[in-house]
Amino acid sequence: MSLDVAAIRADFPILQRSVRGGSPLIYLDSGATSQKPTAVLDAERAYNVASNAAAHRGAHLLGEEATDALEGARARVAAFIGADPSEIIFTRNATEAANLIAYSISNAATGGPSGGPATGTAAEALAIGPGNEVLITELEHHANLVPWQQLCQRTGATLRWFPVTGEGRVDLSDIDTLVSERTKIVAVTHQSNVTGAMPPVAQIAAAAHAAGAIVVVDAAQSVPHHLVRVAETGADFLFFSGHKMLAPTGVGVLWGRGELLEAMPPFITGGSMIEVVRMEGSTFLPPPQRFEAGVPAVAQAVGLAAACDYLDAVGMENVAEHERMLTARAIDALTAVGGVRILGPLTTDARGGAVSFEVDQVHPHDVGQVLDELGIAVRAGHHCAWPLHRALGVQASTRASFYLYNTPDEVDALADGIRTAQKFFGVT
Amino acid sequence: MTSAKTTLGSTVQLESMYQEIILDHYRRPHHKGLREPFDAEVHHVNPTCGDEITLRVALKDSGGEPAVADVSYDSLGCSISQASVSVLTDLVIGKPVSEAMDISAEFLELMRSRDAAEPDEDVLGDAVVFAGVAKYPARIKCALLGWMAWKDATTQALGAVATEQALADLDADLDREQK
Repeated sequence: MSLDVAAIRADFPILQRSVRGGSPLIYLDSGATSQKPTAVLDAERAYNVASNAAAHRGAHLLGEEATDALEGARARVAAFIGADPSEIIFTRNATEAANLIAYSISNAATGGPSGGPATGTAAEALAIGPGNEVLITELEHHANLVPWQQLCQRTGATLRWFPVTGEGRVDLSDIDTLVSERTKIVAVTHQSNVTGAMPPVAQIAAAAHAAGAIVVVDAAQSVPHHLVRVAETGADFLFFSGHKMLAPTGVGVLWGRGELLEAMPPFITGGSMIEVVRMEGSTFLPPPQRFEAGVPAVAQAVGLAAACDYLDAVGMENVAEHERMLTARAIDALTAVGGVRILGPLTTDARGGAVSFEVDQVHPHDVGQVLDELGIAVRAGHHCAWPLHRALGVQASTRASFYLYNTPDEVDALADGIRTAQKFFGVT
Repeated sequence: MTSAKTTLGSTVQLESMYQEIILDHYRRPHHKGLREPFDAEVHHVNPTCGDEITLRVALKDSGGEPAVADVSYDSLGCSISQASVSVLTDLVIGKPVSEAMDISAEFLELMRSRDAAEPDEDVLGDAVVFAGVAKYPARIKCALLGWMAWKDATTQALGAVATEQALADLDADLDREQK
């Protein structure tokens, strides 16, 4: 079954607006953030209109409804990725989820906040210090790179990484030496936000587990676009943002294996994550509440649940297939332009719908400016993946990223827009 | 369903931003390349796109006040950032530092105006063509990259020159004392 793109587009009010000089909006920046369908906007509003209250507090009906809304959203998100609701933690976004893991692990290593980790196998798996290694890849978004760099600085562990291949995939040729008994954490992207490459995370996870390491998967670019089942990834932790999957900003998700979460000390401390507080010290609630300090973003979580409903109604296989078609068309169309180099695989095998490219003699910001004038929204820069750009030998790039509401015509408009930029800057 | 637009309807907006003077400076930048001697060197980066510039400032004494002897640079970036630093070198080289700082302040003001300010051509010269850039908040940092680097380097150079002068004065004092 293919998508009825026209019907889908009608669900997204923002796609009806015009931009610069009255051009219709061609939104090719969903890799940065996606647009929201009416169903999501309505769900968020309905909650605020009828039930708004602080979840897990309040001796009143609204408090109960807010709690039900939050916990209902947790169950809905869990079902979306084939997980258990008790293993779903709401964060602010994917970046905060990565920091939650990294800070909890270093808190376990340094014994703070008070309460410390439980003892046992899970706690040992989390213990990190000098002589240990954290292994990432050169493809990572800064969100799955800087928190690990910082963790290493705090604990004395060493950061290592898989290099990137010329076509923008993870180079696994040295996996046997990179993954060793020193490796404690392997953190890898499920889909590059620049090259679209989808590393074989299950294979990497198997090697990591054989060495006794924990596996963290950055699913910010995969969960919105593919059917993801946490068990199939081999991950111990997996995280993503709501706003990249049709949901509001301000809500993200961390999934973690129960026994690990159980052994982890908190990251952010304060209200609603405690068990008992005395002036001398505090004890903490079990997961997931242990990791959700403060009044949660209930309305946003409700919006995220509505986004899961919307995506499941369309069918994630259909979403993935539609984007595969758009990506194939983009690769062909951009290659046909001439003077354009795609940073990433030129096939759609193990590849998602982010297409980054360089235009000979036209800087990405200037390409982006011309496209913007045509109503085409793309991203220009290093897309929070500076080491990847350096490894590929480019200063910056222009990126088009697709979602279920994009059309083949929009891909063609992108190619035409690049030609216009070339003409404007006198390179053709 | 929205139909995709396939042709450029109008380039008027683009041309207001990419004035011919900007494109000329971009294609043939003035004073580019790092030169000796210099009193301070800085490296500035635009963190959103990774554009970077290494810029050197050499000062000289001009009738008892510091003046800009040379500004040399090496940079990687978009047309706006490249043209902007090229125009800057034309405007400040040879001028007293105080006047160059006034030009820099005027340019900063223009960039922050979001196109509301009436640029003073007497002060800004060719730099008035960047008025169109001020309409696009995302590009203001591009236009300012070289100017911020110049200001930083010049401040450091003034400090270095002042320190050298102080040391020279100290040496002279010591010499006098020894005599």
